[in-house]
Amino acid sequence: MESMNIISGRMLKRRVSRVLMHGLILMFLVYLLFPLIWMISTSFKPTPEIYSGIPTLIPEVFTIEHYLTVLEEERLLVSILNSLYVGIVTAIIVVLISLPAAYALTRYRTSVNKLVMGWILTSQIFPAILIMIPLFIILRSLHLTDSLSGLVLVYVVWDIPFVLWMLQGYVKEIPVELEEAAAIDGATQGQIIFKIIMPLLLPAVGAAVLFAFISAWNEFFFALVLLKSPDLTTLPVELARYTGIEGQARTGPLAAASFIATIPSIVLFAILRKWFSSGALQGAVKG
Amino acid sequence: MANSVTLTRTPRNRNLDQLQLLLPIMVPVLLLSFIPLIRGIYIGFTDYELGGQINFSGLDNYRIMMQDRFFWRSMGVGFLWTAIVTALQIGLGMILALLLNQGLRWTSLYSVLMLVPWAMPPIVRGLMWRQIYSPDTGALNLILTQMGIIDNPINWLASFEWALPAIIVAGVWGEVPKAALFFLAGLKTIPGSLYEAAELDGASAFRKFRHITLPMMKPIMAAVVSLSFMWNFNAFGLIWILTQGGPGGLTRLPMLAAYEEAFRYGYVGYAAAIGNVMVIIISVFLFFYLKVQLKERTG
Repeated sequence: MESMNIISGRMLKRRVSRVLMHGLILMFLVYLLFPLIWMISTSFKPTPEIYSGIPTLIPEVFTIEHYLTVLEEERLLVSILNSLYVGIVTAIIVVLISLPAAYALTRYRTSVNKLVMGWILTSQIFPAILIMIPLFIILRSLHLTDSLSGLVLVYVVWDIPFVLWMLQGYVKEIPVELEEAAAIDGATQGQIIFKIIMPLLLPAVGAAVLFAFISAWNEFFFALVLLKSPDLTTLPVELARYTGIEGQARTGPLAAASFIATIPSIVLFAILRKWFSSGALQGAVKG
Repeated sequence: MANSVTLTRTPRNRNLDQLQLLLPIMVPVLLLSFIPLIRGIYIGFTDYELGGQINFSGLDNYRIMMQDRFFWRSMGVGFLWTAIVTALQIGLGMILALLLNQGLRWTSLYSVLMLVPWAMPPIVRGLMWRQIYSPDTGALNLILTQMGIIDNPINWLASFEWALPAIIVAGVWGEVPKAALFFLAGLKTIPGSLYEAAELDGASAFRKFRHITLPMMKPIMAAVVSLSFMWNFNAFGLIWILTQGGPGGLTRLPMLAAYEEAFRYGYVGYAAAIGNVMVIIISVFLFFYLKVQLKERTG
């Protein structure tokens, strides 16, 4: 054994530190995932087991009764569809109008830039309470309260600062030479933006779409204030209703509905997983 | 930075071109963000009550605020909450990002899993943590009693001792992924050659972190700290669902105070005034923080 040299000692050390690092990451993941796992587990437990006083991570008796209860309620289904609609439309509009703007901000250097970038930063400072009431008054005069289009409009405006800031950082990385070549070939500005810049920025555009969708899917208070008709509510508003009078006694159905509300986000993250980890962007820029 | 795509156009055209591209964002932002905001700030200087007339009242709201001990208390809680949550999320987010940047196996799986809390609707985050903390069916009580650490279940969210720590744990939980994601993106931009050079000089992992990673990450750190401070100080949804500001106003953050003034008591003018004070506090913090940051970078 003594003949084992320093090199294998170092390899051992490296292996130990690698195991330690995996261990640390797993501790983080337990913290970050446990509440979700507990919620999923609760959603599949029959009501007596929920109240049994014994913490079981895997339900002893497996039931989908809570999901059936939830799906029998038409309002919840409608609210899921409303949320999907609002999220998708918001995401598409935000990216379609922010990409040209991001391009304009990086490629043209005029006095407008400081104004726009200044606004992006300052807009983050203001609490929603300052905007809520005047916004309601303005939207009412446009007949856009209690309408999904009105809500989409609000979310688009709400998401622009972050998406714009994110995209312009990426546009900056793209060498101008690529566009020059296209411009010489007679490409219009729109073609340059959507045919050259956008494909190169696919990971960033994907991340922006994801961000816009999720922030619309998740948003609660504007929806609560702006939407009044029961058939127009979004999922978060509908969920909040569960916590009201009936909430306390309905732990199971609430867990089931909460899990349903989380599924689209998880699916989207899984789809975009490659984009997050891929070096596609760096390759395109450096190569 | 002159660039030759635009050289082919005259300056006047360039301004027009740019404006054309910016118009689709400028109109909605002006109409639904800028104008409402200006009006909101103005309402903070009126005695507007829900359904009533809007009359300018100068600094009256702010005089009332000086005497309002509920306001001062919520500011105190707000600072405590913001400082602790921001510090923890920066620290933990950085550690997590560093771990995920080691080129370990399963890193991309880890990165996706880590984002789960961020992907969840805030309302679900609140509902989930309510289930964890619930006195009769909550995981925390069940596990702690099973392990024999506590004898009787604790009503965490209604307890004067535990309510604030409980919402902080839940708050940090939702923010760590965001911070880690930003930091990870930043770490990826540091050229590997810097580390290789340091390794040749025999630098330890800590020295590499201290002298390469940290300085290179400074701009991103500054951005994340600034944004987190704003977001945390303006936090609302999670706490509203968990405690509604209770017990006894112990977790009543400034936004909850403003919301209650406006929508429970109808004092819209006063609520907007609280909003204005929050804006001033955040601006002052950012001014000094960024000043220090910029000084260090140029010095």
